[in-house]
Amino acid sequence: MWSAAKQYWRVLTRPSVHFSLGFLTFGGFVAGIMFWGGFNTALEITNTETFCVGCHEMRENVFQELKSTIHYTNRSGVRASCPDCHVPHDWTNKIARKIQASSEVWGKIFGTIDTREKFLAKRRELAEREWARLKANDSLECRNCHGFDYMDFTRQSPRAANAHGTFLASAEKTCIDCHKGIAHELPDMKGVPGW
Amino acid sequence: MLKFPFVIALTTIAFAAVAADEPIATLRGLDPLAEQGPAPPMAKVSNEDLRRARNYPEQPPTIPHKIRGYQIDLNANKCLSCHSRRATAESQAPMVSITHFMNRDGQFLASVSPRRYFCTLCHVTQQVIEPLVGNEFVDIDSILSDQDSGKKN
Repeated sequence: MWSAAKQYWRVLTRPSVHFSLGFLTFGGFVAGIMFWGGFNTALEITNTETFCVGCHEMRENVFQELKSTIHYTNRSGVRASCPDCHVPHDWTNKIARKIQASSEVWGKIFGTIDTREKFLAKRRELAEREWARLKANDSLECRNCHGFDYMDFTRQSPRAANAHGTFLASAEKTCIDCHKGIAHELPDMKGVPGW
Repeated sequence: MLKFPFVIALTTIAFAAVAADEPIATLRGLDPLAEQGPAPPMAKVSNEDLRRARNYPEQPPTIPHKIRGYQIDLNANKCLSCHSRRATAESQAPMVSITHFMNRDGQFLASVSPRRYFCTLCHVTQQVIEPLVGNEFVDIDSILSDQDSGKKN
């Protein structure tokens, strides 16, 4: 075992005998592009709504609920798809979230929420996870589209302008504090602050 | 002598003929019964956030804002997240009336009674729309003041 490792180390540290420096340099460069491009492409494929609703757990439950909300259908036709809200947009956090998502792959394989009943039983836990995530990052995924600096309070209803002008402006509250259940049905809200 | 009634009869017949040609427009419009006419555009929900006067004291107050997507079910009641007793200090929304805490025996419960839980059974939004039919409702204050002024006169 140890001797095998030593032998590999020797091969790796010794100069190449059969391949030219040019081949190794350019070959490595091209292979690097292909690996990185392939990795990113695969990552982006998992970052589409088509991918998300490919599983019946998402398609039959949360996606159906989204369809009647303003984030799916509205006057101007601008809409949010699953990853817009559920996956961070900048690279480091996206990768962190994707690594976390391996537990969701586990859930898919072992059918953690493969029936409606199982899903409903687990909904509070799943929702709380998302609330905690959005609370921790100051509702970053909301703010990717909804910039406070660009809100025209004169175009909001008086109570909306009032709430945004006080609680949001003072950073006392963040979007998710008041807008829970904006895109999906709520679980049993017993004990949730404000409900 | 005969000419005058004859003219009246003639005009009556002509008028009847014209009336028969024009179908009577009802609330459902001029479309034949078997056909479905185009639907009128959907009206916008009034969202001015100003309390409206009640037409009689027992009237459930109408909702002066949009409630699109408000969830009211066993799991959650979106209305109560502002109108519940505890939420009103923060939301400055009117608290649900104390009558909503009563059970059918008149006992006050700790929070909204299950029979009063589903807000939209009584409280509704209003739309920016012309009424389809007229309404001659007069509230009690107007009747009383009319009576008073009648006595004085």
